[in-house]
Amino acid sequence: MGDSYLELTYGQLALAALLVVINGIISVVLRLDLAGRLLVAAVRMTVQLLLVGYVLHWIFAIDRWQAVLALGLLMTWVAGIIAVGRTEYRRRGIWISSLISIWASSWLVAALALLVIVQVQPWYRPQYAIPLLGMILGNTLNGVSLGLDRFGRELEANRAQVEMLLALGATSWEAARQPVREAVRTGMIPTLNAMLIAGIVSLPGMMTGQLLAGVEPIQAVRYQLVIMFLIAASTALGTLGVVLLSFRWAFTTDHRLAR
Amino acid sequence: MEPGQTTPRLQAQDLGCRLPGHEEWLFRQLQLTIEPGARMALLGPNGAGKTVLLHALALLIGCDEGQLLWRGKRVERAGVPAFRAAVIYLHQTPIFSAGTVEENLRQPFQLRVHQGRQFDRRRLEPWFEQSGWNPRLWEQSARELSGGERQVVALLRAMQLDPAILLLDEPTAALDPATTRAIEDLVIGWQAACPDQRAYLWVSHSADQVARIADRGLRLADGRLREAAVVDGR
Repeated sequence: MGDSYLELTYGQLALAALLVVINGIISVVLRLDLAGRLLVAAVRMTVQLLLVGYVLHWIFAIDRWQAVLALGLLMTWVAGIIAVGRTEYRRRGIWISSLISIWASSWLVAALALLVIVQVQPWYRPQYAIPLLGMILGNTLNGVSLGLDRFGRELEANRAQVEMLLALGATSWEAARQPVREAVRTGMIPTLNAMLIAGIVSLPGMMTGQLLAGVEPIQAVRYQLVIMFLIAASTALGTLGVVLLSFRWAFTTDHRLAR
Repeated sequence: MEPGQTTPRLQAQDLGCRLPGHEEWLFRQLQLTIEPGARMALLGPNGAGKTVLLHALALLIGCDEGQLLWRGKRVERAGVPAFRAAVIYLHQTPIFSAGTVEENLRQPFQLRVHQGRQFDRRRLEPWFEQSGWNPRLWEQSARELSGGERQVVALLRAMQLDPAILLLDEPTAALDPATTRAIEDLVIGWQAACPDQRAYLWVSHSADQVARIADRGLRLADGRLREAAVVDGR
């Protein structure tokens, strides 16, 4: 790998960090009042990424499945929490619904990628397992939070309609079919859009990274395609999962809207 | 129950409901029986819990105590949709899906509980004519109807399903006298077509209306249900 890419020193990193001064000058000249936030953002990003770098460095070095699994669980936990944080919709069971659906969909798809598609040996090789799971989680999180938010809004906005259908003899599933459908659709659309514009508007992040690391372009494209298909599947499963779980919590077993 | 008596159709025993999210009781120990053929009116001040009671009778909400018996038995969870097809609650403000009047009238037949039955426009036409309906309204968006038209459509949407009991939550509130009478005539006519089987419980604030539509009046106030005088049942 050393031959195929140029290693960066902390000096070079510092040089790049100086570019933040451009943002600072714009903020001061236009009195945007962003200088303080800019500084915090730049420092926070640096600290976060360096920390992640050291954690990954350590996990790559010890090369144990327990460590990979533990990091995967932590990432999944954080994704589940962030997904709920992005919606104002609050209901009983929202945290557990988010965590379960993100965990189940992402891990299923990641397992499929590691064991069946890429066929990594051993399966937990951190170089593959962590970035694959990370990308799948990041995108599934988006779908889950959009699905959660839309389902909550649809149910709130159409509460009277749902109740009308129940009053005419609808099961809770029949009454909530429209909100469920809208929520799943909303969660899946960003992935579809990303697939449509991939390679046209910008090169996808992972592919860019691989190109910088010296990977042959066609190989980088293959990896990118694989990850896009993984993301699409996981987002669809995660969104469907969280919407179905939310539906389950929103109604009682005797076909009433939960109070 | 004494031998020889018919099984009451819908029976609330010791029903007690709190306001959602509150400790305070709306009503407690409430007893109510709706027999086949009953023409009943429910009166009471605003906030007394009439709507909550109707929701509870249709199992649209769960009460905090007591039980509801349908033909002598508690309704099983899985049987709730079929129960609601037989005991239909009509919202005070009619609610429609996007689409024409006809599409909205067809909608209930897509539900599993009404499978095997078909929408029959010819059956509805006499009812519409009776209420002075303009035939072109069939194709109009249901959400753009006037208040009176909305009530008529909502009522017919329920009536075409042949329920045993209609729970009517102030269906003529805010309607002019002519439309009010048209809706009263529709409901009275529907019940009179099968007087031993069809029943209704009609929430109203008007003593005059109660006299026109009901044989029996009940008043819900201060958490208790009492008999109320009906001046003239016919």
